[in-house]
Amino acid sequence: MKKNIVKVARHATLIVFAALLAAPMYLAFVVASHPARDTLSGVPVLPGGRLGANLGYVVAHPFPGSPSLATMMLNSLILALAVAVFKLILSVPAAYAVTFFRFPGRMIMFWLIFITLMLPVEVRFFPTYQVTANLGLLNTQGGLILPLIASATAVFLFRQYFQSFPQELADAARLDGIGPIRFLTTIVLPLARPTLAAIFVLEFIYGWNQYLWPLLVTSSPQHSTVVMGIRQIISAAQSFAIPQWDLVMSVALLALLPPVLVVLAMQRWFVRGLMAGID
Amino acid sequence: MPPVFKHRLLPAALILPEVVVVVIFFIWPSGKALLEAFRQSNAFGLGARFSGLANFGSALHGGYLQAVEVTATFTAITTLVSMGISLFLAVQVESTGRLRPVYRTLFIWTYAVPGAIGAALWLFLFEPKVGPGARALEALGVHWNFALSGTQAFALVCALTIWQQSAYNFVFFSAGLQSIPDAVVEAATMDGAGPVTRFWKVVFPLLGPTVLFVTVSDVLAALFGSFAVIDVISQGGPGGSTTTLVYMLYRDGFQNGDVGLAGAESMLLFVLAGALLVVQFKVFNRRVHYR
Amino acid sequence: MAVAAAAISMGIATAACGSPTKTSAAAAAPAPAPGHTVDLNVWTAFSGSLGTAFDHLVSQFNASQSQYRVTAVYKGSYSQVLSDTIAAFKAHAAPDISQIFDAGTATIMDSAGSYVPVYKLMSEYKIPFSTGSFIGGAASYYETSGDQLDSMPFNSSTPVLYYNKAELQAAGISTPPTTWSELESDASVLAAHGQKCALSSSGAYVMWTDMEEFSTWNGYPYANHQNGYTGIKGMQLKINSAPIVDHLALLGRLASKGEYIWNGVSTSTVPLFTNGTCAMYEQSSASLNTIEAAAKFPFGVAELPVVAGDKAAPQNTVVGGASLWVMSGAPAVHYRGDAEFLHFLMSAQSQAYWASNTGYVPVTPAGSSLLSSQGFYSSHPNDLVAVKELTNKAPTADSRGIRLGYLPEVRQVEASAIAAVLSGKQSAAAAVSSAETQGNTILAQFASQYGG
Repeated sequence: MKKNIVKVARHATLIVFAALLAAPMYLAFVVASHPARDTLSGVPVLPGGRLGANLGYVVAHPFPGSPSLATMMLNSLILALAVAVFKLILSVPAAYAVTFFRFPGRMIMFWLIFITLMLPVEVRFFPTYQVTANLGLLNTQGGLILPLIASATAVFLFRQYFQSFPQELADAARLDGIGPIRFLTTIVLPLARPTLAAIFVLEFIYGWNQYLWPLLVTSSPQHSTVVMGIRQIISAAQSFAIPQWDLVMSVALLALLPPVLVVLAMQRWFVRGLMAGID
Repeated sequence: MPPVFKHRLLPAALILPEVVVVVIFFIWPSGKALLEAFRQSNAFGLGARFSGLANFGSALHGGYLQAVEVTATFTAITTLVSMGISLFLAVQVESTGRLRPVYRTLFIWTYAVPGAIGAALWLFLFEPKVGPGARALEALGVHWNFALSGTQAFALVCALTIWQQSAYNFVFFSAGLQSIPDAVVEAATMDGAGPVTRFWKVVFPLLGPTVLFVTVSDVLAALFGSFAVIDVISQGGPGGSTTTLVYMLYRDGFQNGDVGLAGAESMLLFVLAGALLVVQFKVFNRRVHYR
Repeated sequence: MAVAAAAISMGIATAACGSPTKTSAAAAAPAPAPGHTVDLNVWTAFSGSLGTAFDHLVSQFNASQSQYRVTAVYKGSYSQVLSDTIAAFKAHAAPDISQIFDAGTATIMDSAGSYVPVYKLMSEYKIPFSTGSFIGGAASYYETSGDQLDSMPFNSSTPVLYYNKAELQAAGISTPPTTWSELESDASVLAAHGQKCALSSSGAYVMWTDMEEFSTWNGYPYANHQNGYTGIKGMQLKINSAPIVDHLALLGRLASKGEYIWNGVSTSTVPLFTNGTCAMYEQSSASLNTIEAAAKFPFGVAELPVVAGDKAAPQNTVVGGASLWVMSGAPAVHYRGDAEFLHFLMSAQSQAYWASNTGYVPVTPAGSSLLSSQGFYSSHPNDLVAVKELTNKAPTADSRGIRLGYLPEVRQVEASAIAAVLSGKQSAAAAVSSAETQGNTILAQFASQYGG
């Protein structure tokens, strides 16, 4: 009996917390599905029927001073994919080199990469902006993407994975006279597929969710991403006599959908990717 | 693992692209910031001259000290509360049996919500006179207007950060709890320990490494990762009540175009981050001892 | 390796910090070779209908000649245009002309070498141009201490008092208040008639309407050195004065009763007026077209109220908005095009088109007279109020404008003080006094960097 009470209380508590976490999202959904004036004097409990119309409207009609939502979503997608892909391209060979080789300068390079771990873009954005400006990369895809891939998280996650790589496989490969590149492409990478997927998910979300850096380097509207554009969209919407919160929430839903879907779809790998950080 | 291959040039070539990016977008900017911290020039970079520690002098004015206080309070509150909530949830979810995967999904999805977008949702939720959260507070007798009240703006930014950070922590606590062998907990139960005693005497100490890791991650997230949330909700205001060190650097460097001052503030942030690097290192080393 | 890399990066950094090669239009350059078109880039903060109106002028200019092709690039907010211009200048990729907002004037003006003074440019290309070609409030805001214009005043507005005729009438108020104490008693009358909020001010620029323009309109100094016109060293704010403290205290009193609403610098207050929440509204004349489009009720525009009993008031308001700066470092052949484009923009026709399509005032008397002669002001009396305020009296030493370095930063401090007063957290006296102290620290920082 007492056990059952505990059980019910536990589920009740968990459901309340889950509801609290989901409340802002549900609210966005409700607001996005009603005309703006219906939400000014209290938000209805249930969703209305305008969700499709509102989503369609924000995709087709840019807010003043912003490009179309389609452009912004595309820019976000390019940024997220580019960050994820480039991080893999740079970090896999780098981690492979520091784990499977001993070469002059190894420790220096290792430390050089390591210190960037502690200095996220939010700490070094000001000088990095100036360098990006000096290189003439403001308002270019290169200026947007390159400084973001200079962080070393991926190198360390791969290094961690490589270090736990079965010694017997490596020994066997050496005995068979398999060269390092073939060893990487035919043995290491196929086995590392789950780790690759995990890090891809992590970096995709990292890229999609960028706010400060795109805000700094892209001042021409055609480069703006949906995440950095939200503030401008909010102020544009608020300047109407009836603030257009229904449209803001429609944009917000579209902007948070891709990363949330990626995480939910690849939950297993994503959790593994996070866990690799402390394994 | 011992080295597998004896090549010398190949590994250098493999690591080179990463190093080049790091040098161009990390080492070079850092050197530049270091130089600029000791120089003053006009906003257009003309007429630069060595100015000693003058920039550091201006950096450490009243506004900076307020930002230090805001940053420290914000970090402490968000770290402690989000860790408390997520640890509690993780422990409860562990004992739910078949529904465990469902609850896990329900508690991690907010991790993926972009900070700025989460802030947009909350901005409406607490929009004075309009948002349901704001109305609820008014009904409770709180005169809610975070655009004018510093305390309210700060509380809002904290709550929103906790909302997002809890999901991240939940993943780690969940995994940490799973790695504790059932036998250990069972043995404690046999000894007659109640659930609360079991948690604090047996489970929590075994979670030690995870707790340390999560603490460091949360501190970093609060110190450096809060820009988007603050920029969307309050732009550092009102009256600097939500101006963290990172936000202040953004304002001085970009909105006010003060390159020397921003250089000095960057250096101070580097030092802070470096100190945390040492702490993080110690934490990781301690973890090695546990094993 | 790392040492070498660091050394290389330091080398690059040092080179990047050195002063860029100085280019100027010192000698008048020839026109481009026949059949060759020179592209000129102009960076602005004009979006929406302002962008459309500006693009119209640009295409008129492009159609009027074949040597130059101007492209207007929208760069975002005012402060974004300034920071982008700075970044681009450092990267040797500055635009030909940049639109710098009022508060950024000192920052660029005191960065000698980054721009070509417009008055020099015009004289090199023998284009008639003088400070006197512009209306007093606009010329005085942007002129140097030597009465010359380093930039060309362009989009210029000034705050006015919008009022909801229906709501005032319903409360039995026949004319809008002309003094602040009258406004306060009108607020009580409105409240008694169920109109709770009497007044709101510009959201982002409340410190502009209620501190800067309040000072010039009532004839009070805002800072020493003639509001910063005659020196940088030792510059100090003079905002901690009885009139400003009293004014903020008045707003605080109204706010505590809900009769005045302002919700922070990032919340637009335009909807408060256009949806009928507040009966009166202090806002830039440049918002006139926006308000006209949104308001579903008859409204009028009046001059800003003055301080009751102040004999000097009303003095004159000064312009807000932006001026156009010709950046240095461009190929010599660009500068004649810059000069011709600016000359085109200041023509009476361009000014008349711009003012009648936006709500900004014509910056030249010629533009105003053209509009008058077309009968524009008799059909649009609301547009005339801003012109009247700007030209009410000849500017005094304290009402030419506000020329402070890091003015945007000072404004942030002032906005914090206003928020503290309106939320009841601080008294007006305490808030203004602490804002003045903080503001003076900022001015001292500017002086140490720019004062030599």
